[in-house]
Amino acid sequence: FLQYCLSGHPTLPCNVLKFKSTTIMLDCGLDMTSTLNFLPLPLVQSPRLSKLPGWVLKDGSTFLDKELKECSGHVFVDSVPEFCLPETELLDLSTVDVILISNYHCMMALPYITEYTGFTGTVYATEPTVQIGRLLMEELVNSIERVPKAQSASMWKNKEVQRLLPAPLKDAVEVSMWRKCYTMPEVNAALSKIQLVGYSQKIELFGAVQVTPLSSGYALGSSNWIIQSHYEKVSYVSGSSLLTTHPQPMDQASLKNSDVLILTGLTQIPTANPDGMVGEFCSNLAMTVRNGGNVLVPCYPSGVIYDLLECLYQYIDSAGLSNVPFYFISPVANSSLEFSQIFAEWLCHNKQTKVYLPEPPFPHAELIQTNKLKHYPSIHGDFSNDFKQPCVVFTGHPSLRFGDVVHFMELWGKSSLNTVIFTEPDFSYLDALAPYQPLAMKCVYCPIDTRLNFIQVSKLLKEVQPLHVVCPEQYTQPPPTQSHRTDLLIDCQPPAMSYRRAEVLTLPYKRRYEKIEIMPDLADSLVPLEIKPGISLATVSAVLHTKDNKHVLQLPPKPPQPPASKKRKRVSEDVPECKSLKPLLSGSIPVEQFVQTLEKHGFSDVKVEDTAKGHIVLLQEAETLIQLEEDSTHIICDNDEPLRVKLRDLVLKFLQKF
Amino acid sequence: LLVLCWCPGAGQDVGRSCILVSIAGKNVMLDCGMHMGYNDDRRFPDFSYITQNGRLTDFLDCVIISHFHLDHCGALPYFSEMVGYDGPIYMTHPTKAICPILLEDYRKITVDKKGETNFFTSQMIKDCMKKVVAVHLHQTVQVDEELEIKAYYAGHVLGAAMFQIKVGCESVVYTGDYNMTPDRHLGAAWIDKCRPDLLISESTYATTIRDSKRCRERDFLKKVHETVERGGKVLIPVFALGRAQELCILLETFWERMNLKAPIYFSTGLTEKANHYYKLFITWTNQKIRKTFVQRNMFEFKHIKAFDRAFADNPGPMVVFATPGMLHAGQSLQIFRKWAGNEKNMVIMPGYCVQGTVGHKILSGQRKLEMEGRQILEVKMQVEYMSFSAHADAKGIMQLIRQAEPRNVLLVHGEAKKMEFLKQKIEQEFHVSCFMPANGETTTILTNPCIPVDISLGLLKRETAIGPLPDAKKPKLMHGTLLMKDNSFRLISPEQALKELGLAEHQLRFTCRVHIQDPRKEHETGLRVYNHLKGILKDYSVQHLPDGSITVESILIQATAHSEDQGTKVLLVSWTYQDEELGSYLTSLLKKGLPQSTP
Repeated sequence: FLQYCLSGHPTLPCNVLKFKSTTIMLDCGLDMTSTLNFLPLPLVQSPRLSKLPGWVLKDGSTFLDKELKECSGHVFVDSVPEFCLPETELLDLSTVDVILISNYHCMMALPYITEYTGFTGTVYATEPTVQIGRLLMEELVNSIERVPKAQSASMWKNKEVQRLLPAPLKDAVEVSMWRKCYTMPEVNAALSKIQLVGYSQKIELFGAVQVTPLSSGYALGSSNWIIQSHYEKVSYVSGSSLLTTHPQPMDQASLKNSDVLILTGLTQIPTANPDGMVGEFCSNLAMTVRNGGNVLVPCYPSGVIYDLLECLYQYIDSAGLSNVPFYFISPVANSSLEFSQIFAEWLCHNKQTKVYLPEPPFPHAELIQTNKLKHYPSIHGDFSNDFKQPCVVFTGHPSLRFGDVVHFMELWGKSSLNTVIFTEPDFSYLDALAPYQPLAMKCVYCPIDTRLNFIQVSKLLKEVQPLHVVCPEQYTQPPPTQSHRTDLLIDCQPPAMSYRRAEVLTLPYKRRYEKIEIMPDLADSLVPLEIKPGISLATVSAVLHTKDNKHVLQLPPKPPQPPASKKRKRVSEDVPECKSLKPLLSGSIPVEQFVQTLEKHGFSDVKVEDTAKGHIVLLQEAETLIQLEEDSTHIICDNDEPLRVKLRDLVLKFLQKF
Repeated sequence: LLVLCWCPGAGQDVGRSCILVSIAGKNVMLDCGMHMGYNDDRRFPDFSYITQNGRLTDFLDCVIISHFHLDHCGALPYFSEMVGYDGPIYMTHPTKAICPILLEDYRKITVDKKGETNFFTSQMIKDCMKKVVAVHLHQTVQVDEELEIKAYYAGHVLGAAMFQIKVGCESVVYTGDYNMTPDRHLGAAWIDKCRPDLLISESTYATTIRDSKRCRERDFLKKVHETVERGGKVLIPVFALGRAQELCILLETFWERMNLKAPIYFSTGLTEKANHYYKLFITWTNQKIRKTFVQRNMFEFKHIKAFDRAFADNPGPMVVFATPGMLHAGQSLQIFRKWAGNEKNMVIMPGYCVQGTVGHKILSGQRKLEMEGRQILEVKMQVEYMSFSAHADAKGIMQLIRQAEPRNVLLVHGEAKKMEFLKQKIEQEFHVSCFMPANGETTTILTNPCIPVDISLGLLKRETAIGPLPDAKKPKLMHGTLLMKDNSFRLISPEQALKELGLAEHQLRFTCRVHIQDPRKEHETGLRVYNHLKGILKDYSVQHLPDGSITVESILIQATAHSEDQGTKVLLVSWTYQDEELGSYLTSLLKKGLPQSTP
């Protein structure tokens, strides 16, 4: 089978698998790092941003100065931010039968696929994935749509022009494929195509393939997928975690016995220990606040934020932060906090136990109740009245290009008392900060990525022992910035097959069998014969029915009985049906017993002659002879059909049929 | 192979559910309920039938609990801790959360208030719950290598599930209690076309086809409203979880709309907790509640307050929800005794009552009740029955059968007469056998499962490559060899079978001499034979070889001169056993001679 690789981003994958007769898309991640090339979208007019100088080419040409602005030596596109879509030309996406989603971060390109490619299939995802995915999309659409930008730059994308630009714009890939954000109606249309599934639910696709989501331990409702038929099994591992955070633990056992294991979504920060990072996060936060500064935490509205709030819940009293207000600002802040409490079944054991009491599984319920944590849909409205400093603000987007975070960067960036703490690993923090330079504010980088690291991966692979591993090319070599770290790659035998964007891989597989069902009445009619001790066989002549890729063997229909004897004669004169099947024969005929049998059946003049390879049995009166050899019998007779048939049946008695 | 079904508790009775199913050698117990109408040994199912042959744990592969009602799980701690069972017990997450609370509640009423001994303890409930494995909806749970179970949404109460039990290609579906129409807080039961060998369905409302939900709700509100208006008190005995929440939502919105002032109370400490469960397990409620829960949680009530025992004697109108629902014990019974004497008051029974309970007695028209200590209680208050319990009615049961397409149906958890009626209806409409065993009766259902085998891809491709048959009336036969070795079944081509077994093929060949009158030269005779056969055997490959011989498929025909008679030619026809039919046909055809003039 084939794998089409539509995304080059290892943690935001998009692959299409042709497996038996089905076409299955695995995830549709949206690469948002493209937005780092754009200027931030400020909620309130920013004098600093609007005064940035236009970019001038070395030769002094200024034709791009409307589209490109320069800030502290970097060049940014002054336009509505755009995203890098998965490849859409590699294969006809309208032929995709199903899309399997592994977690809410890996479905952000869904509206582009379902609404623009003629896709007519079904999308499968767990309920938390869909609900939280919807929140992420809502936040994204909201934060871009509420800052309408007149300008949409396109001149710079011209290949001839792009060549002249400074890095990283010069090297940006597939800029012609970059697209503006989708709209809420498109999001709703895309989400309406999703069918909800539960962990370990077996879903039949066209009778040929079965897909099953398994808990992956990374986020609420996050899953790995098993794609299998009766004889081949592909495991798709995407965004998995072995750390005990809030989600249900990863199901590793079910990944065993895979022919192919596709491995994506490993940690993006293999050198950082998430626990250590959380500690650093807390201490930096406390230090800033104690010094009278504000803390800004750019984050997604769901996921790690739940764990951070839980840590802070335990930490704030001991750190003397009880009076510091925590603000969570997002159009979906309230929904996210509420939704987190209702997915008891998708949580780790400890949290489940709390629900049984019944208590809310996450302690942020208490933080809200005691007014320590307040949430607002945006900085406008109630927030401006309640806002007290110093404070801690959680808000998006982690790229620092849109959302309420832009406002706080502008507001707090000039003071060295304030700190911005990066916890989300998806964006390089230096790139994210570039359009805000020069910056007086402290920047702390505490990326928390709970996904599998290379040590965990090699342990996992040893345990589940797939025959072949397939992974993005980035995992087969050390990270470019740490080329000496040869431990930071996937090491397995046989070596992993790697893929890159827009590549088509042929996955190795060997298949020799298929499942078929024998109907009970046919099974009853079979006569098994023990050939060797423990091995029996039965010849089967049956009618094959194939429907929905399922094969069934049925008893052949009884031949219609010729009613009258007159007709019977005619039947025998008819040309026989196309090859009616006779079994193969095996065994040999012991000459003495054969002769005895002949005599018992009334042949009195049997004569046996020895030959080089066996015997010749002669029936003198009938002028008939039978050559017997080790692996063959030859009956030669003239003009006497009843005799021939009789001899045939006597011979067959000595042979086994196959 | 058979499905065996034995009901120690749930036959033609709504009292307690407990069914034992044996399917392909696996034993599964479905529900483990108690009978609310009894206070003695009859309360729990009789497990001696199983235990006489050894320990429960050895006999049973697993236990499945469909939902948290005590008539489905009330005997569980008795069963696991007192009789002794250590195997897995499966239930959904909400059931696992709520079940121990109801058990504890019931234990308190029985032991602490009534002073009964020989009952399970709090610790036993805890130990019992440790054996519980929670399952997701639609998750396929592999109990062991052969046995798998899968839960489907059943409506009825929070967390209620139907279960499919499957071994190989044999399966049973057990519905527990279910509801095919969504109500104010839960959705409708759903199952896919899983075609089980047996569907075990409850049949509480086997003959009822209930009027529309809206009418019943309007009726209920009217009665409550009228009673309150005339200054009477309304008692609604309910179970803490389930119907109570639905009726609370109903009254809450009505009070809001009508701006009513009479107080509504909920009698038990469980209320707050119960509503919490609904909040935390909101994904199990209906679409509407799930969609709006962020803005407005339907389980936070403004008008409904906690009840204090002293309130019962307050003057003036009020509405009280009190547990338990069948008036057999506890607070609902206490309030009932206080209010029964006043004809201005009303008791509304919103659910089914088991025989033997006070609820059942007053519903069947009894107005003088003998209470503890030979006291006679005269019931003057109005008694109303409104079927709000979320069971499927006859229409619903038929609908579920249509969805699942079972091969056999077994009705339990109903009353014999009503079940008989439904049984006839099912057999008429679906042409499947329908059973209704009595308590302790065993039903045996023979199944006829298909046998899955592995077919070699080579053989399958050879068969399917020929493509669809031109004539559907004459299905083509496929020929293969089924190799059985160590319980593995493989269907392979005969050639492969011989090869795998290390055997040589034995070739059986026939040669017949046919004499025909033909004075012409041998090769001319050959040509005549060729033309003759070519004209008749249109579907076969007939060839004339350079050496003068003729082949029809793999059959060889040679014409030679007769040694003595020049006018006679001898045709040697030679074929193998695999071409037996054609060879035999050819000899008889040639024996009739060649046509005089060759076309």
